[in-house]
Amino acid sequence: MSITRDDIIDFIYAEARMLDEGRYTEWLDLWLEDGFYWMPLDYKQKDPHNMTSLLYEDDFMRRLRVERLNGERTFSQKPKSRCHHVIQRPFVDEFDAEAGVFKTNTSMHYIETRLDDQFLLALTATHELKLVDGKIRIANKRVDLLNSDAAFGNIQLLP
Amino acid sequence: MGKYETPEAVNALVQPHQVHKDTYIDAEIFDLEMKHLFSNTWVFVGHDSQTSKKGDYITTQIGTQPVIMVRHKDDDIKVLYNRCPHKGTKIAIDRAGNTGKFFRCPYHAWSFKTDGCLLAIPLKKGYAQTKFKESEANKGMQAVGEVKNYRGFVFARLADEGISFEDYFGDSLSSLDNMVDRSPEGRLEVAGPPLRYMHQCNWKMLVDNQTDTCHPMVAHESSAGTAVKIFEEANWPEDKPKPMAMEIIAPFMSPYEFFEEMGIRTWPNGHGHTGVHHSIHSDYSTIPGYTEAMEETYGEERAAEILGENRHNTVYFPNIMIKGPIQQLRNFIPMGPDKTLVESYIYRLVGAPDILTQRTAMYNRLINAPTSMVGHDDLEMYERAQEGLHSQASDWINIERLHEDGEDFEVEAVENGTTERQMRNQMNAWAKFMTLAMGAKEAAE
Repeated sequence: MSITRDDIIDFIYAEARMLDEGRYTEWLDLWLEDGFYWMPLDYKQKDPHNMTSLLYEDDFMRRLRVERLNGERTFSQKPKSRCHHVIQRPFVDEFDAEAGVFKTNTSMHYIETRLDDQFLLALTATHELKLVDGKIRIANKRVDLLNSDAAFGNIQLLP
Repeated sequence: MGKYETPEAVNALVQPHQVHKDTYIDAEIFDLEMKHLFSNTWVFVGHDSQTSKKGDYITTQIGTQPVIMVRHKDDDIKVLYNRCPHKGTKIAIDRAGNTGKFFRCPYHAWSFKTDGCLLAIPLKKGYAQTKFKESEANKGMQAVGEVKNYRGFVFARLADEGISFEDYFGDSLSSLDNMVDRSPEGRLEVAGPPLRYMHQCNWKMLVDNQTDTCHPMVAHESSAGTAVKIFEEANWPEDKPKPMAMEIIAPFMSPYEFFEEMGIRTWPNGHGHTGVHHSIHSDYSTIPGYTEAMEETYGEERAAEILGENRHNTVYFPNIMIKGPIQQLRNFIPMGPDKTLVESYIYRLVGAPDILTQRTAMYNRLINAPTSMVGHDDLEMYERAQEGLHSQASDWINIERLHEDGEDFEVEAVENGTTERQMRNQMNAWAKFMTLAMGAKEAAE
């Protein structure tokens, strides 16, 4: 069975659902170990290394983030936050079934809430995906917040 | 006049071992801080590399006063109130830009030289028969009282007269010196825009937290403690380099003894720092090529002295903190009694390997971003405190740890690293600069 554009699009929807349902361990397993989860600070930022980003996380940091969310003494998550992604149908910008390499661009609205507070972020997620042993995996993910340079309060879950 | 606008009323809020909650929650006190404290002290404005070319400017605040920092001449930076003298329109609202040879108000096209002087008004004949020349408006954009560019860091005092820059900061400038000396060329450059993080709490909570060494192992157990645990469970191979993130985050879990022994130094006028003897930044890996570059500039002995100084957080009262060893500056900008904008800047050491900037960028996003696991727990504590202080259970905030009778803040002192002496030092300076001009005004009346 060969991979289709629909498989790629379904993957993006499934990832968003995992995050909304808090299935973080499953989410970690979507990643290739050397992938980075990047959320730039500056609009159209090019360099993740020599200036600050909101996130630029490798496997170790992603695991730490997930482990912390489940921790007994994670005070900023007592009570826990909840999140909700509303996503537009992803554009499949690159589709190379032979090489098993794909790239998508997805517009989303992200809502996070805790106690009486709720906020909305508009964002574009860019996924680099790879087919490894018949499974689609995240090679890299970049999340550009529409207002990345605005002053935020805590953003505690994963847009 | 409100109930707090006398030196007696303000001084009554600060006792040697405790401070009144109104210093953190009261709207009148906040307004008085803006009028007195942020006028009479030297407040950080920006770094000169943010305005490196003529006409370059940034917009920011001194207290709640909107200002523009602009490069007027090659070696001259001006700080002007961001207000058109005509109708009050803000002249610039983008965070940074270049205005060319002059500012031009977008409302009626009044223009001003970059030192604020009025340059031209369209249809000026409309003022020919008036006394416009004698008006406030004719003076142009008003400059702040005094500006000092200290090794690239620009500070300003709003008040026309007052304490000099040198007297205000004194020996505390050794921390800024160390940060700049760490560049083999003795120069820093801003590395990108700052993180901007909104806190629903009083600005002083952030300042207090910079020398609060009894919270990391408690509030940050969820991030730093978990990092240590994951790392241990990972059975990291000895020949594989430790993740840089571990080097940064693990020291937050150091035991109380580590923080006791690191020491705290206080200077007059509310300045002070943690990490006199060692700090959480002491054990970072050596970066190939860096020590060599430093030794070439400074010689072996002086280079070792500069790099051996690993101060943790230096508070420059009222509202910034710097980390010399990693070239970070955090600006705690007051927005209201219960609202503070935190801007966290990083700087590049000119002439040093890029990996140092990369480590600092990592520190900034791991510890001080709105998306940071460490920042989340800090902000949670501040906001719970801001809400809790409204309780009628008590009017007082305790700052008594290792307090001794008759403490003299006019002399430099080094003490146990878990003392709250620096918080007492800050509030002592707070009362001093809050009441400085109140007293003078009353005497004159």
